[in-house]
Amino acid sequence: MQRLIEFVVGLMFGLGLLISGMTDPGKVIGFLDLAGAWDPSLAFVMGGAIVVGIFAFGMAKKRTVDFFGGAIRWPSSSTIDRRLIGGALVFGVGWGIAGFCPGPALVSLAAGVPKAFGFVVAMVVGMAIFEWLEIRRTGDN
Amino acid sequence: MTIDWAAFSPWMALTGGLLLGLASAVFILVNGRILGISGILGGLLRPKTGDTGWRISFLLGLVAAPTVYGVFTSLPEARVDAGWSAVILAGLLVGFGTRYGSGCTSGHGVCGLSRLSPRSLVATLTFMGAGFLVVYLMKHLIGFA
Repeated sequence: MQRLIEFVVGLMFGLGLLISGMTDPGKVIGFLDLAGAWDPSLAFVMGGAIVVGIFAFGMAKKRTVDFFGGAIRWPSSSTIDRRLIGGALVFGVGWGIAGFCPGPALVSLAAGVPKAFGFVVAMVVGMAIFEWLEIRRTGDN
Repeated sequence: MTIDWAAFSPWMALTGGLLLGLASAVFILVNGRILGISGILGGLLRPKTGDTGWRISFLLGLVAAPTVYGVFTSLPEARVDAGWSAVILAGLLVGFGTRYGSGCTSGHGVCGLSRLSPRSLVATLTFMGAGFLVVYLMKHLIGFA
């Protein structure tokens, strides 16, 4: 049952990305291009998602377990540090260069967009480099 | 600033956004987890026992989306103006940066802002700012792309 819900949630998320226009890098760049002809659509995507999210996360915060009785896992870190800002900067630069972030890239890959395939392979390599550095840093594997 | 009225699609954006919010809502309430794509995918690289099934189910649903969408209507276009080397560089940066900064547009941008996390607000402002700056440099200063 859990697995089925996770599948359906993934599907909903992918459909949301397709409907909203986030899977088109041209549209994402149109949003990021403040100095050109600006397309504000993506602000509406974020706005729509957050309107629903505020209610849901407000509800979730009052609970200690999810609807199936499993623990709700909140992110453990609350410090604003160099890793957070540095990582977000590097991500933002990559996002601006190609117009893909992780979700839309995976959906576009599944839709058969050749450059999305190249992007996702490189993205997984980037994630693997992170894991490798983490193993070296913490000495744990 | 000029608005690109021809490209502006507020209703589709809002509808899609509501669906993204709903998916994130179901995930935290039913599954007890933050819906963040980079974390869900990245967590598969050093898999822990009992921690992979949910990730794979979610990702299979995500990649099934174009097929399901295609049953109803033709898929929206995906215009990738960046060249191959730029796409590869961007992929490396996005993969590393999202893991180093603990999240991307979904985990920080949607879930983090929804739960009013100061960390996610800083991350979102930072990656958006970087995105605005890079597009400005590429399109208007260097005239590249």
